[in-house]
Amino acid sequence: MTKKAFNKIADGLTEAIAIARGEAKPAHLSVPSDNPPPLKRRGIVPTTPSMSLVDLANPTRFLGFSQRLLPFTWAVALGLLAVGLYMAFFTAPADYQQGDTVRIMFIHVPSAWLSMGCYGLMAIASLGTLVWRHPLADVTAKSAAPLGAAFTFLTLVTGSLWGKPMWGTWWVWDARLTSELVLLLMYLGLIALWQAMDDQGRAARVAAVLTLVGTINLPIIKFSVDWWNTLHQPASVLRLDGPTIDISMLIPLFVMAGAFTLMFAALLMMSMRNEILRRRVRTMELTAAGLGA
Amino acid sequence: MSHAGFIFAAYAMAVVVLAGVVGWIIADGRALRRRLADLEVRGVRRRSDRREEQAT
Repeated sequence: MTKKAFNKIADGLTEAIAIARGEAKPAHLSVPSDNPPPLKRRGIVPTTPSMSLVDLANPTRFLGFSQRLLPFTWAVALGLLAVGLYMAFFTAPADYQQGDTVRIMFIHVPSAWLSMGCYGLMAIASLGTLVWRHPLADVTAKSAAPLGAAFTFLTLVTGSLWGKPMWGTWWVWDARLTSELVLLLMYLGLIALWQAMDDQGRAARVAAVLTLVGTINLPIIKFSVDWWNTLHQPASVLRLDGPTIDISMLIPLFVMAGAFTLMFAALLMMSMRNEILRRRVRTMELTAAGLGA
Repeated sequence: MSHAGFIFAAYAMAVVVLAGVVGWIIADGRALRRRLADLEVRGVRRRSDRREEQAT
């Protein structure tokens, strides 16, 4: 390896570490100034602008990116929802055992998947908070919690409305239903925790630890129907040997799942934008209080 | 359609919950933007904005 190549790699690493520590920005994010930062003077600023994860970690960059993506996400989500609802009511047949109540599954199952998927996302974000201190990690976790609670609540309510005519009861304390209820309580607890602490940095770390501890509930929800004798039926879509649902019901289910997932993505982006604005407002209010404005 | 009341109640709940979430997020966003605009009118700036102003 030539000395020139070695120096180039070393400079790149130095720059990457400085950016990761928040001591420097990529050149195309830097504010033009007559007094360039030390890194720029040392000639280690990349010459070609590029979009990277570091760019998206910048809240301002995220605001611009999400603003462009939101209309497209909503358009596709609502389009899929229209198609999914048409299929759910007009093309999907009634089930030979459940009759028409099977149509409740087209909203119950996507909600249940999202209730768990959202928690999984929060767990990844919590790792981002604790390990990498990613600027948007705790914004993501905090913004996702109310959405996860909404989809978990919807799962429980629609399941109950299906259970009454099919099982003859609104509720039963079986492992699947109880673990899903625990998930809702965990979401509510995390929301309360965020609201209870003024120091958002401290709240982020405490909530991240609690979220990671709570991930133990995800495999319990998923495998509860296999581990225990439950009234809730075993998995019929996400199985190693393939789905047991007829294709005429499986396609509307996947279309509705796609619509719900995109709606969740759009709502999460909107909620994250609000959270970024909330932190800016708080910072500015503290500045105003300090200046006596 | 058998059990139509249960089916439509489930879909109605989905509409209420999702519309409620969308409405809450939009209202929250509008309130925050109003507060932000109010602070800017009072001349309060973020540190990064002040740096940009000094640089230009």
